[in-house]
Amino acid sequence: MHEMAVTMSMLDLVLKEAAKAGARRVVAVNVVLGEMTGVVDRCVQTNFELMSRDTPAEGAVLSFRNVPKQARCRKCEHVFQPADICWACPKCQSVELEIIAGNELYVESIEVE
Amino acid sequence: MEVKVLKDILSANNQIAEQNRRLLASKKIMAVNLMSSPGAGKTTLILRTVEALKEKARIGVIEGDVSSSIDAGKLSQAGITAIQINTGGGCHLDASMVNSALANLPLDEIDILFIENVGNLICPGGFDLGEHLKVVILSTPEGDDKPHKYPLLFTTADALVVNKTDLLAHVNFDLDGFRRTFKGINQKAALFTVSGVTGEGIREWGAWVMEKLGEVRSAK
Repeated sequence: MHEMAVTMSMLDLVLKEAAKAGARRVVAVNVVLGEMTGVVDRCVQTNFELMSRDTPAEGAVLSFRNVPKQARCRKCEHVFQPADICWACPKCQSVELEIIAGNELYVESIEVE
Repeated sequence: MEVKVLKDILSANNQIAEQNRRLLASKKIMAVNLMSSPGAGKTTLILRTVEALKEKARIGVIEGDVSSSIDAGKLSQAGITAIQINTGGGCHLDASMVNSALANLPLDEIDILFIENVGNLICPGGFDLGEHLKVVILSTPEGDDKPHKYPLLFTTADALVVNKTDLLAHVNFDLDGFRRTFKGINQKAALFTVSGVTGEGIREWGAWVMEKLGEVRSAK
């Protein structure tokens, strides 16, 4: 449900950046979404279509790069994607991990004209 | 034309959170963001903590709920300075809600501010409120698998409080196994086991809160 707040913030950010670039229209928005943020791209898409009406971002195409969560084993340095239930390192079975990806939530770039 | 942005989507929220942080610092207040599922025991933990620390620190509370002022009422009845935020459907608190609440609290009379977030293990995780500490409460009936299901909250917490230890004998919660997996994914967090009903573990938790208050104050 936090997609509403996320999309609203994203639209504000996109419109501000477009205005800064002196653009008339936003054609595309490239978004990076980490798996751990729990933000669902389909919801952002729907919200964006509604919220961007009558703004320079109306009709912009959203592209999402979804980043899966990634862990690095603190014992053997192995980097892996933790499975659903068991987060042990598949190489050495250690559970001492560092999460190194999956927290991302940012706009990478926009395409304007 | 392509324009590089590379900006956090929630940067507007983060800026207001920074304002909150500065205001709190100027008043020498330590703010603690309490997050958990609904019913894990956030309000009870606050009541117990106030009881335990009443000679040592003045505590204020911001209560976040979708609707009702039941929780703020409970706290006010116990003589605690509390203000209720109703999000009206929103599933988390954000920095601007906390900013408005701060304007309505007697900040000169508060040492520790507990911000009780909306009961939810997902959405509150992304929204910085300007707090000093993020504390997650997990109650034993919820099960010991929650850190893997909701990793954002559990990997970013400064402390985890396992509540309802009085029910351990009746529920499926492997405390030792949980300790290992949680410590594995979050080395920096302190881990407490408490019971809001019997008061077990509250003293240790309270001591940690006071230690953190000392650190926050000496950092200025």
